[in-house]
Amino acid sequence: MSVLYLMVPMALVLGIGAVIAFIWASKTGQYDDVDSPAHRMLHDDPPDPQATDTPGNKTNSRTP
Amino acid sequence: MPLDAAIASPTTTACVHCGLPAPDDDAPAFCCHGCEAAYSLIATCGLDRYYTLRDTPEHGELPASSDHTYAEMDDPSYHARHVIMTRDGLHAIELSLPSMHCGACMWLLERLPRLVRGVAEARVNLRQATLLVRWDNRAVPLSRIARTLDTLGYPARALAPDSQRQARIAANRRDLAHIGVAGACAGNAMLYAICLYAGLFEGIEPGPATMFRWLSLCVTSVALAWPGRVFFANAWASIRTRTPHLDLPISFALIAGGGWSLIATLTGKGEVYFDSLSVLVFILLAGRYLQKRRQQAGSDAVAALFTLTPTRARRVEGNSLREVPIESLALGDEIEVRAGDSLPADGVILAGDSSVDQSLLTGESRPAPIGVGSRVCAGTVNLGDVLRIRVEKTGDSTRLAGIVRLVEQAAQRRAPIVLFADRLAGLFTVGMPALAAIVAIIWLFIEPSRSVELGVALLVVTCPCALGLATPLTLVVGLGRAARQGLLIKGGDVIQRVAESRLILLDKTGTLTLGRPRVCAWEGDESIRPLVAALEGRTAHPVAQALREGYEHVALHVEKATHTTGAGVTGVVAGRTLRVGSPAFVARTLVPHEAASMLARTTQIAREGLTPVVVGVDGVLGAIALLGDDVRPEAADAVARLHALGLRVGILSGDHPSVVDAVARRAGIDSSSVVGGLSPEDKVARVQLARGGGRVVFVGDGVNDAAALAAADVGVAMQTGAEAALAAADVYIARRGLAPLIDLVVGSRTAMRTIRQNLVASFIYNVLAVTGTLLGLVTPLLAALIMPMSSITVLSVALRSRTFREASPTPPESHP
Repeated sequence: MSVLYLMVPMALVLGIGAVIAFIWASKTGQYDDVDSPAHRMLHDDPPDPQATDTPGNKTNSRTP
Repeated sequence: MPLDAAIASPTTTACVHCGLPAPDDDAPAFCCHGCEAAYSLIATCGLDRYYTLRDTPEHGELPASSDHTYAEMDDPSYHARHVIMTRDGLHAIELSLPSMHCGACMWLLERLPRLVRGVAEARVNLRQATLLVRWDNRAVPLSRIARTLDTLGYPARALAPDSQRQARIAANRRDLAHIGVAGACAGNAMLYAICLYAGLFEGIEPGPATMFRWLSLCVTSVALAWPGRVFFANAWASIRTRTPHLDLPISFALIAGGGWSLIATLTGKGEVYFDSLSVLVFILLAGRYLQKRRQQAGSDAVAALFTLTPTRARRVEGNSLREVPIESLALGDEIEVRAGDSLPADGVILAGDSSVDQSLLTGESRPAPIGVGSRVCAGTVNLGDVLRIRVEKTGDSTRLAGIVRLVEQAAQRRAPIVLFADRLAGLFTVGMPALAAIVAIIWLFIEPSRSVELGVALLVVTCPCALGLATPLTLVVGLGRAARQGLLIKGGDVIQRVAESRLILLDKTGTLTLGRPRVCAWEGDESIRPLVAALEGRTAHPVAQALREGYEHVALHVEKATHTTGAGVTGVVAGRTLRVGSPAFVARTLVPHEAASMLARTTQIAREGLTPVVVGVDGVLGAIALLGDDVRPEAADAVARLHALGLRVGILSGDHPSVVDAVARRAGIDSSSVVGGLSPEDKVARVQLARGGGRVVFVGDGVNDAAALAAADVGVAMQTGAEAALAAADVYIARRGLAPLIDLVVGSRTAMRTIRQNLVASFIYNVLAVTGTLLGLVTPLLAALIMPMSSITVLSVALRSRTFREASPTPPESHP
């Protein structure tokens, strides 16, 4: 069972990675609005030459 | 167009933009000019996909666009308050668009850059119904953007001052991060605990056991020191200020449990309880987060109310007008209010003849006529002519501010609900080790070798889940199911209060009545009704619809139809000249004595709360139609069902007593519990009086009801309600009529019954488990097996309960 001494800490390290990712995501505002992106994805229309300033290159941050 | 005549009747078709009935002579049909303007704006920008995306006809009416100019949005002081400059030289503002509610709205709004040149970006937040606009102020003023939004049917207003919002958003993000960390710690600690429990069963080598103890020590230290430190901070503050706070016992439990487990880990002897500690931190934080979110939604709506009064006023100074900030208005000042503006203060009309939209204060959407000498309130909107007003009350002393204050007070009164489950979990964490110690000491005298084992067994077998989870889980399940049925309940405590209620007080409009006019009586010649219906056949006005009802298939030729806005319509039908409209409009063509008697009668009708519509035929009085808000067909049935549930039903209404009495009679409500002609303040007093006799549910919709909604044990806001009503209400019903009210009562009672069953069951379980352990019958292994069983039992009882399972059918609406 000595493999546990390797596997359990490794699992913990992976978990820590996920937690760090979550903290980063929430601090950059990715959970500020969880409803709109789902709709936005469904309703995208074909690319329009007029609309040069597409919203896609902006971050989701609420602090402009 | 995708929106063809799917819902149209033979004589009319649906308006392309809003779906209301419209004349079908043109290819894209419109019910009014507003819809035509909105449609052409959308179509010319190549955005007609909007109409395929949105889900008509259940989409319902689009809000009519107002005539507001939004000129104040270009004011430097407005910019200073609400607008941010971004790094690329653009301006940015976050606007609240309450009428946005679906994916199609979002799709259209995010294409704002194509509708208005100079707008760089528009981002929608659907849940909060906000729009972040970035635009070039040199290319286009903000007022134009707002006017475009208004044309599309989305009246816009700025959100609360920005610094406050930013702080709140930051706090929200921090809370989320804390919950994430606490959750991860709790999950890992639980995994290690499972290994250790399994070790008790299967046997475990000392090496891995030590590792698991140390690892759970590590994750729990993180949980306590980072997300959990808020409890210690609050507890310390509570000690310093000597005010008891729930975090004090929680902190004690955390420190005691943590200390015990730390010593056990260091010495390698005894049990560790790291899993319970980190789970406790996680559950408490998550619960508080959800509660906080709910409260914020309420305070947002109250803040929105404040934005309804303008920040500036036009003061008359000698012969000139000067724009002054609203704070500098004094009593006795004379101000001018242009058409479309909302009133900055309470006052008396000095000059001008107009009508005001008082829907904010009274919930009544029909414009109220006003003239010289009338009293008007801040927050109402001047619809007609320019008004001169002498200021009588400003700022905090206005009626609107008073109502807002009442709402806020009520919200504060309710906010610090100390969750029963919190307290229970805290008690358990303190009580468990104590009880375990007692068991261990008792057994020390009986059989020393089993002493520790049984102490541990007790710790494992006693199930805080069964007690602490049963209540909140049943409530949460109930809340979720209710939400799917269109009943938004703001908290579990509301379910309890609904279940205990014995009296339901209703506001008349929207619940008992249809909320649109109908011909209640026809005084005069019945034979001219088809002619009137034919004459009114081309307009979407509610009064015209009411006059048409029952005569939709009349096909008479109408000649020379002329509309006079706000007065009536004339035309020739079947060779007779008809004049249909307001008493004054028809009186002009009548002989004086007939006009006088007619006007006397119509004044009397108006006093009874009905709207008279007069029909003149060839210069003679033909008939008077009495229009009123009709009782819903299913109202009597629903009231009878509420009676059968043991509830008394009453009406508190601002309408004329005779109207309210008539409605009550038709709905089968006892006239002794029916009161009409009440002001918002009267309603509060009545509700408070009624509360003396037990719990009271109040159902209403307007801002005028907000204070009464807050004053009642349970405030229920109906579909069309204003935001203040929603903030003050505990329950929001997104369906019309009385059926959802019955669902609410039945569902709440079922939920409370389930909770009581669960509490009894888990009490019995815990008593049996503790007794069994005391008697030495339960070993740690057995305890580890039956503990999850009890949790699962409780969970399945809560999940399988029939709480809010079946919805009563909603009656069909003739005009969705």
